[in-house]
Amino acid sequence: MRPCHFFKNWRLNMKKNNLVLAVSSSGGHWEQLTLLKGAFGPNVQYVTTMAGLGHNFGISPTIVPDCNRNQPLNSMWCAVKLFSIVLSRRPRVVITTGAAPGLFAVVFGKIFGAKTVWLDSVANSERLSLSGKLAGIFVDVWLTQWSHLAKSDGPAYEGRVL
Amino acid sequence: MILVTVGTQLPFDRLIKAMDALAPELHERVVAQVGPSNYAPQNIDAFPNIEPSKFASLFQEARVIVAHAGIGTIMNARKFQIPIIILPRLASKGEHRNDHQLATCHQIRGYTGIYVADNEDELRALSKRNDLVPPDTLERSENYRMLLGNLKKIISMAME
Repeated sequence: MRPCHFFKNWRLNMKKNNLVLAVSSSGGHWEQLTLLKGAFGPNVQYVTTMAGLGHNFGISPTIVPDCNRNQPLNSMWCAVKLFSIVLSRRPRVVITTGAAPGLFAVVFGKIFGAKTVWLDSVANSERLSLSGKLAGIFVDVWLTQWSHLAKSDGPAYEGRVL
Repeated sequence: MILVTVGTQLPFDRLIKAMDALAPELHERVVAQVGPSNYAPQNIDAFPNIEPSKFASLFQEARVIVAHAGIGTIMNARKFQIPIIILPRLASKGEHRNDHQLATCHQIRGYTGIYVADNEDELRALSKRNDLVPPDTLERSENYRMLLGNLKKIISMAME
């Protein structure tokens, strides 16, 4: 297949499936992501870093390896997995509450033409997370959950899970 | 039972000392997760750390939670519908590196079932009250409904 055909089919498939890819690491980030369930519509694929988490919320997420700054090898593997998920599922929207896996997901989402949404964790009432600051450089929608952290040239405040 | 928690990362002895002094007047058990602290309470059951499953069951048994203004603790109090009293850590007293817990308290003051104590006197008064109500469910939070509505809009715009 010629590259131009590949991309044409790509956009068509993206339009057809209208998928929301919702990504976060486990723990508090995941808990917050599941609280947003009502905003995602019927066609959503969750991705997180620890098996067995979904049962609590009636959700069956795809599992990727955990990753953070201290585990370079795992992080690489995590990035590869997320890349292949974005590549194969072609989401229209990629949304995350953080942290590192979410950052990878919005990077790949952005590259492949999805609308990317970063919702910084409600735990960051003091300042934006490091991954949140990085995401702010390129995501389409950049959100903090604290109005005192919102800025005209920074993240916006659109509500919080509290 | 009152469950006191300051999280696991930093001590918060001002809170623990106040609850320790108050405990004899309370006529109920006080269990505390005190973090990495050198202070040895006399009147309360103190543990540096409580394992997660044990902590979860204590949390749900508690009449009231007394805590630092940590978001995780506040979210759990809401989730399990337990009244919570929070005393913010202050940078001026070396309890945290800055005053973000004060900012948190400022933004959530007035939430049903979340009681902000500005000092130890207020903490004592609140701990003695037996008319504390549980937090509202998340569904009733205006900020939450606003967030869901805005995200829905953002997502549906992307689907057009």
